Amino acid sequence: MLSRTADHLFWMARYTERAENTARMLDVNVQTALLPQSEEAARHAWRALLGISELQHGYDQKHDAVTQRDVIEFMVCDPSNPSSIIACLTEARENARAVRGTLTTEVWEVTNQTYLDLRRRLHGGQLHKDPSQFFEWVKYRSHLSRGVTLGTMLRDEAVNFLRLGTFIERADNTARILDVKFHGDDGEARRDFYYWAALLRSVSGFEIYRKVYRDVITPERVAELLMLRADMPRSLLACMEEVVANLREVRNDVSADTERLAGKLHAELQFARIEDILEAGLHDTLTEFLRRIYELGNGVSRDFLVPLAA
Amino acid sequence: MSADGIVRDHYRQFADWLAQQTPDAIERKRMEADLTFRRVGITFAVYGDGAGTERLIPFDLIPRIIPASEWEQMQAGLVQRVSALNMFIDDIYHEQHIIRAGIIPAEQIYRNAQYRPEMQGIKVANDIYAHIAGIDIVRAGAGEFYVLEDNLRVPSGVSYMLEDRKMMMRLYPELFASHKVAPVEHYPDMLLDNLRSVAPMGVLDPTVVVMTPGMYNSAYFEHAFLAQQMGVELVEGKDLYVTNNAVWMRTTHGPKRVDVIYRRLDDDFLDPLAFRADSALGVPGLLSVYRAGHVTLANAIGTGVADDKSIYPYVPDIIRFYLSEEPILNNVPTYQCRKKAELDYTLANLPDLVVKEVHGAGGYGMLVGPASTKEQIDDFRQRLIARPDGYIAQPTLALSNCPTFVESGVAPRHIDLRPFVLSGKTISMVPGGLTRVALREGSLVVNSSQGGGTKDTWVLES
Repeated sequence: MLSRTADHLFWMARYTERAENTARMLDVNVQTALLPQSEEAARHAWRALLGISELQHGYDQKHDAVTQRDVIEFMVCDPSNPSSIIACLTEARENARAVRGTLTTEVWEVTNQTYLDLRRRLHGGQLHKDPSQFFEWVKYRSHLSRGVTLGTMLRDEAVNFLRLGTFIERADNTARILDVKFHGDDGEARRDFYYWAALLRSVSGFEIYRKVYRDVITPERVAELLMLRADMPRSLLACMEEVVANLREVRNDVSADTERLAGKLHAELQFARIEDILEAGLHDTLTEFLRRIYELGNGVSRDFLVPLAA
Repeated sequence: MSADGIVRDHYRQFADWLAQQTPDAIERKRMEADLTFRRVGITFAVYGDGAGTERLIPFDLIPRIIPASEWEQMQAGLVQRVSALNMFIDDIYHEQHIIRAGIIPAEQIYRNAQYRPEMQGIKVANDIYAHIAGIDIVRAGAGEFYVLEDNLRVPSGVSYMLEDRKMMMRLYPELFASHKVAPVEHYPDMLLDNLRSVAPMGVLDPTVVVMTPGMYNSAYFEHAFLAQQMGVELVEGKDLYVTNNAVWMRTTHGPKRVDVIYRRLDDDFLDPLAFRADSALGVPGLLSVYRAGHVTLANAIGTGVADDKSIYPYVPDIIRFYLSEEPILNNVPTYQCRKKAELDYTLANLPDLVVKEVHGAGGYGMLVGPASTKEQIDDFRQRLIARPDGYIAQPTLALSNCPTFVESGVAPRHIDLRPFVLSGKTISMVPGGLTRVALREGSLVVNSSQGGGTKDTWVLES
């Protein structure tokens, strides 16, 4: 496969996944903001979200104060914010268009239709009236994109690079969603319960949590579920399993170091215990994980996507 | 429809069907077609309209129908014409018999902006230059076909031919059950076969690619479509490089050799070392590999020398010279303004003539006399006097019409047809082509850049 094609596929999937995760993250905050809380606490929650997404600086340049409306506006509709949902879905579509011949007609049409519908949806203020409904839609389109990819595309390198993009991005995002809380304060227990419940719902993990633990919700178990359970689709371990498997499929003469990096990260998660992680500090562990995922993304780019010269 | 308003035989069945359709039903189908084209992204980019602006080409629901007998005649004429043109290009870049025989003046070749001295003496696979030709044809009377233009460089539109067919089959499956419409869907297969057949000598399993200037090119949809339909890579210049006298593409598994490039960018942009140094679209060194015979370019470099409007008037003689046959397809009578007598005639008859720039394309820079104001005609008169060798003039033909949906209902509009002729070891084509239709009443200009639309083209099997 052309390196440029692989690059477009990788980023198409990353941007689609990123839009989905931004929607998930925003939805947690919208849900928890419905609870009775002080204005200060609410502001704090939104600020934490900007911080963990590394958007604090960009936001402050455009807005004086942190309000729900402005943060949502910035993270959904602002084309100058490269992580906004509109920017991500536009990029996903541009990347798809560049390789539309490599995609099945169905995959291309879903991506194109998402892009066309997005504009219509954002037109007319529905977003602020019912943000959750919009976030649902973004998630749904992302599900559709993944589903149609698996349902129609030949299992070849193209799919491997799409999957690599999806799971590297998802690993990054799950780590961030989990870490938001630790950018914030330690609130009271009742609010915490709602927070963790909302977080679980945001990663479609609420029912799974009940099924797995059959017990009350504790931060420790939420962390374990989202980091160490291979059977939890959005967990760090599940993502790393996919990354390792897809890397193995596309390996080439120069990719050994990147495979080693992925393999180590995978093995560490596989054999980790949540007690040890909490003792070492969850925030530090997640920060380190994000650093290594970033390095892994660069490795994939270097080995496959940036053209191998003669 | 014929000039006297009587439905021609091969349209009768369709006309009966159409008479039973309600305007509402038609409108619904039209909207469905628009939505589908938009979702599928069958669009073209418009130059000077801001990068990334995409438009739909208007699609007309009434097919253009061609009876088998007419198609057979047209096909024979196309094979003849394209064979002769390929022989002509080969001759021009080698022995130049036709110049020495005094049929075409040497300066018409050497002063032609599309003539490439770099091609002189170069051997190309199977002596084929115009691997893909799009010949624009109009019909002016029963069995009278006129060639308007021979497009031998990077003719576009074949994807619309295929998508229009797909759309019609989706909207009106019942029509295909009642008409024996010859299929065209195997075109990409034929194209791939053709491209493989012209691989450099000794290459048994050639790697074919489609080369595009990129996604902001107006025909990007078509480039991506053809690459996908043939199952080959769609490459940009930056994906390719030259080393060890071969062309390679950069893949996730390292370099892979490329043997045949169906290039959809003009000569000027192919190789910054040989042509335009400021172009980043091409591949440095490509020409040297090409000249050594280690890669095939389709179409060959320098084919434009034969499809220029200044060579067009000679095509009937070209056919007679190389094939010793009489042309089956007519040329539109053409006045070459570089000749004094023909310029005088043109100046005296401007209101009745169509005047075209010799190197123009896309329907730009032309005068349609009968549809022009006195000011426009006077303006062209000045241009002709200032630079007579830049123009040709032709009479306006009584072009055939085809019923077309317009605001006011069904009305006749002018059409032309672009069949796509493939040349490799043999010459082949699918029955049909792209029918373009001038949507404005009375207009003769069908180019999409000038607001033209397209129709599905049905060649009926006998």
